[in-house]
Amino acid sequence: MTNIMHILGFQQGGWGAALLAASSVTLALSVLGFILGAALGATAAAGRLSSRRVPAWLAHVYGTVFRGVPDLLTIYLLYYGGSIALTQIGTLFGSDGFVGLPTFATGVLAIGIISGAYQGEVYRGAYQAVDRGQFEACKALGLSRYQSLRLVIVPQLMRHALPGLGNVWQLVLKDSALISVIGLVELMRQAQIGAGSTREPFIFYVAAAALYFVIAVVTASVFRFSEARAWRGMVHA
Amino acid sequence: MIDFAFFLEIIPVLLAGLPLTLLLTTASMVIGFFLALLLALAQQGNRRIVIWPIRAFVAVFRGTPLLVQIFLIYYGLGQFRPSLQAIGIWWLFREPYWCAIVALSLNEAAYGSEILRGAIKAVPRGLTEAATASGMSKLLTLRLIVLPLALRNAIPNYTNEIILMVKGTSLASIITLMEITGIAQGLISQTYRAVEVFVAAGAIYLALNFAIISALNALETRLTPYRVRA
Repeated sequence: MTNIMHILGFQQGGWGAALLAASSVTLALSVLGFILGAALGATAAAGRLSSRRVPAWLAHVYGTVFRGVPDLLTIYLLYYGGSIALTQIGTLFGSDGFVGLPTFATGVLAIGIISGAYQGEVYRGAYQAVDRGQFEACKALGLSRYQSLRLVIVPQLMRHALPGLGNVWQLVLKDSALISVIGLVELMRQAQIGAGSTREPFIFYVAAAALYFVIAVVTASVFRFSEARAWRGMVHA
Repeated sequence: MIDFAFFLEIIPVLLAGLPLTLLLTTASMVIGFFLALLLALAQQGNRRIVIWPIRAFVAVFRGTPLLVQIFLIYYGLGQFRPSLQAIGIWWLFREPYWCAIVALSLNEAAYGSEILRGAIKAVPRGLTEAATASGMSKLLTLRLIVLPLALRNAIPNYTNEIILMVKGTSLASIITLMEITGIAQGLISQTYRAVEVFVAAGAIYLALNFAIISALNALETRLTPYRVRA
């Protein structure tokens, strides 16, 4: 027991500070990836809802591919694909080694692309759940398309989207552990490093699991709070 | 520009990983399903001492990354080799193959039990009351009334779950199992052609998912012949 406290402690030679720092990398990676995913997801939803064929088709393919292909494969595509392209550019300028993409940026991009595919479905469903009368009322008030979206539709759409977004967020948080395979020192990778150097894998993976769990539980309450706020003043069945 | 010869070359190589992907998926779905059913049924009563540990198990497995679970089981439990050998289950935790199946099955049990719990709850109360009124025992009611209806209602959610499981098997490649994603990563580092390998491997996964979705949709239609489907 004292051994565990020693390994995970904050004193000289303890891994506590490193694990907490890595948790903040995980959190930053997930939050930025989720935000990028929101932008991509909103675009995809707009595409899916469009009456024109090409955007609708493109958005459909995007959603199907990145929800159906393992996330690990997408991460390999972005990291190796990007690094290979970068290496080729590098050789043009006379460098002759493998140039790796920055891992944090690649991680954010990967999580953004994957979660965007899921968020697109959430936003599409939420848009369709908004009462038709609201759109007509916007027209009757003479609001422009942008005004009606910003002032009327999106605030109401978020009510329906929040539970789905909460699920996507949990997915994002767990997916962020996969970014460890490209070498970014986030929580999972830090636990691997600690496990390797102390030969105590059990302690480190239990600690990592506990930290992921705490982040998941705490952030879930943020979504619950936002949901309660979004529905304030509404009678709820 | 598109190099068809290259695709023809890598597709058979990638397909060699398909049996392992299918095996991992099937084994963990089957084991996970029975565990899930047990967990869901155990929560039907109102004994706290039974329900609480199950809720904790479900929360932990749903709240932590699958990769951490796999590493904990494969590397973490490996630390307890002498004790595991003493109780004779070391063979299970020695092989990455079994470790992957254990991790995926437990994960599936956690997610599946929530789906089944909801589906059992959704069976109208009147039906079980009618069964009791006609003198059926609890077990008979479960077997003839509750489970058939609950399992049928659970099919759409379970379809999503199976797709997630197919995707989850890709993590087995990190503990050295060469299924489709593992082979794909090897091919990328050998050929330096990430896009082509992604397209080929992705196509195999999408085809697999499509087959699973179609099969389960067909099953659902067959089990609900009275329902006119859009």
